[in-house]
Amino acid sequence: MRLTRRATLAAAALTLLAGFAQAQDQVRIGIAAEPYPPFASPDAAGNWVGWEIEIINAICAAGNLNCVITPVAWDGIIPSLTGNQIDVIMASMSITEDRMQTIDFSDKYYKTPASIVAAIGSDVTPDAGGLEGMILGVQASTTHQDYAQTHFAGSDIRIYQTQDEANQDLVAGRLDAMQLDSTAAADFVATEAGAACCEIVGNVEDDPAILGMGVGAGVRKGEDALREALNAAIAQIIADGTHAEITSRYFSAPIL
Amino acid sequence: MREFLKPRRIVLLAIAAALVLWCATALRWDWLPEYAPLLAEGIWTTIWLLVVTAALGFALAVPLGLAQVTGPWWLSTPARVFCTIIRGTPLLLQIWLLYYGLGSLFPQIPGIRQTWLWPYLREAWPYAVLALSLSFAGYEGEVMRGAFAGVPRSQLETGQSFGMGRFTLFRRIWLPQAVRSALPTLAGETILQMKATPLVATITIMDTYAVAARVRQDLLITYEPLLLLAVCYLVMASIIALIFSRVERSGAGRAAR
Amino acid sequence: MLDWLHGLFGPSLELLALSPPGWGGNLLRGLVNSLQIAAGAFGFGLVIGLLGASGKLYGGPVTRDLLEVYTTVVRAVPELVLILILYFIGTDLLNRATATMGYGSVEISGVAAGIWVLGVVQGAYATEVLRGAIRAVPPGQFDAGRAYGMGGVMLMRRVTIPAMLPYAIPGLANLWLIATKDTALLAIVGFAELTLETKQAAGSTKAYFTFYLAAGLLYLIVTLVSTFLFHRLENRSRRGLPGAMGVGRCVNS
Repeated sequence: MRLTRRATLAAAALTLLAGFAQAQDQVRIGIAAEPYPPFASPDAAGNWVGWEIEIINAICAAGNLNCVITPVAWDGIIPSLTGNQIDVIMASMSITEDRMQTIDFSDKYYKTPASIVAAIGSDVTPDAGGLEGMILGVQASTTHQDYAQTHFAGSDIRIYQTQDEANQDLVAGRLDAMQLDSTAAADFVATEAGAACCEIVGNVEDDPAILGMGVGAGVRKGEDALREALNAAIAQIIADGTHAEITSRYFSAPIL
Repeated sequence: MREFLKPRRIVLLAIAAALVLWCATALRWDWLPEYAPLLAEGIWTTIWLLVVTAALGFALAVPLGLAQVTGPWWLSTPARVFCTIIRGTPLLLQIWLLYYGLGSLFPQIPGIRQTWLWPYLREAWPYAVLALSLSFAGYEGEVMRGAFAGVPRSQLETGQSFGMGRFTLFRRIWLPQAVRSALPTLAGETILQMKATPLVATITIMDTYAVAARVRQDLLITYEPLLLLAVCYLVMASIIALIFSRVERSGAGRAAR
Repeated sequence: MLDWLHGLFGPSLELLALSPPGWGGNLLRGLVNSLQIAAGAFGFGLVIGLLGASGKLYGGPVTRDLLEVYTTVVRAVPELVLILILYFIGTDLLNRATATMGYGSVEISGVAAGIWVLGVVQGAYATEVLRGAIRAVPPGQFDAGRAYGMGGVMLMRRVTIPAMLPYAIPGLANLWLIATKDTALLAIVGFAELTLETKQAAGSTKAYFTFYLAAGLLYLIVTLVSTFLFHRLENRSRRGLPGAMGVGRCVNS
């Protein structure tokens, strides 16, 4: 009697936890829960929009995948993948050696250089000398954080959970400069607040070991079938012009 | 000691030791030496944030509690509203409101970047100290209200009959008595305050939590930094509890003056 | 200065409109999520608390030691750290469990995960609150129940719970308020509750001040309404208990 009751309780707890178990044929695409315009951000209706969201939809359509977009905290996105809460990471994640020790990547679906943005008229230059002693903002868990810690050790590096917060602090004058993706940088200086305060001072020197080999879709190690399917879909949308069409609506130059 | 070391306790301790040993060998700790200096800095940041904000918060809590007990309505009402607001909203939201909300307004004030205040306003720690102090004051103000109200009237009357003025009465009798009765709660509140400090990591302050977060991000490992973090905070909480129990035992009245 | 103030509050109300392009709907959606998680965690915490309190009071020595470890650790480690640990451990274990049972992986919704992590935290505090409340009930009442031949569960349902309620309600009310506020911490792990929805809205519109104030107001309303309701509940549960004082109220004695 006691045992059954306890078992019922345990079962109830399990159902509670697994209450929203989903069918297995779905592919859960993990995106970062924090806005990262123009790649992915929620609109007022709560829908995710942006270049990367459209690319995800195009890839899923091309690969005949039944995708569900699942926002996850960027900070824990790799554990979420390895912990099986999502199946694919498509969150502007650069392919790096470090990450490849933990997860596998598809082929890249975009690649952009890293830019330095600073206040208009400041004497910041995109190199160690020009950033010496400056307060430099980067987003946590990004190649930019690694790059800044390696190449700009003389700067006071501030780490932000989201790019948006770094943007905000540059506008507020709390940062002297920030390092970020060139497209995100262009998008930022095109906003009203960004245009009023700041400008792109240039791109940092490339370091493929850190800055990576472009942005790819992350999958769990060993899930080769899924990875191959993504590769084929990426190749297809590049070949049939879908990629270029979507890009042209967001950026002035191709980002491959 | 004999009381503590019963056979079952020894078994439990052995299991605990085995768990620790397993954690030490099966998990990855090779990063510790490299990150140790950073970690020490982080712990130091946590400690000074805790001490400074608890002290400032307590200093603010005394007038808050007093105002609610004896103040005229134009003092007691704002004090009560303040405590309600602080206790009624999440600290994380308060921190973000101050740092991102208030912080986004300052630069719009013309000329502020030329003032002596600006180097402080652009840093994160003043906002962290402000938010944490106000939060501590809000919770502790409520405790102090109860403590002030709980000091028996007769004691105050005795003081008066000795010819003490209002201020002397407050300093010699009312405050020490109230603080003594609030001490056990104060210990708990201080531990709660310590538990609140990691929230400042979200506004770029490199505290203990932020260091562990960085290890997680740099090395893509999940459990090890979090376990270490839990141990760090456990130790700090024990130290706080120990300090307070010492103070309590050594005669709180004297210590509180 | 004046148009600085206007720039601050002028467009705010439009931004808070309930339907897009206003973001008010997002905030309310977040609030509903927060309340769901808080209610679930509070309930889950109560179940743990009831078991934990009985374990601490009537359990064997080993049970008592283990429960002591649980409540001590939870009360000493920051919620944020516990949430992360429980989130990763919980999902890891669940996936392993379902994998060995042959179900493959399951998806855990943000709400369910939030309930799990906050519930375990709440459980530790609830254990202490309920233990104190049960001990405040005069032991004669249990003896009387047993004398009527009541078994453990019956005694719990008919005597222990109703008799301890007046002592437990102030503490539980406090726990509920903590639960509603702790949901904000889930913003850091990316759950779309009120604080994260607020942050997203604020980030997208740059109206940081407006949105954080609005969210603060929502939390405050929840607190005030809850406090009012718990007061009424407390008065109700006290009927027929002349002079019973809530244990949670005795800070000032």
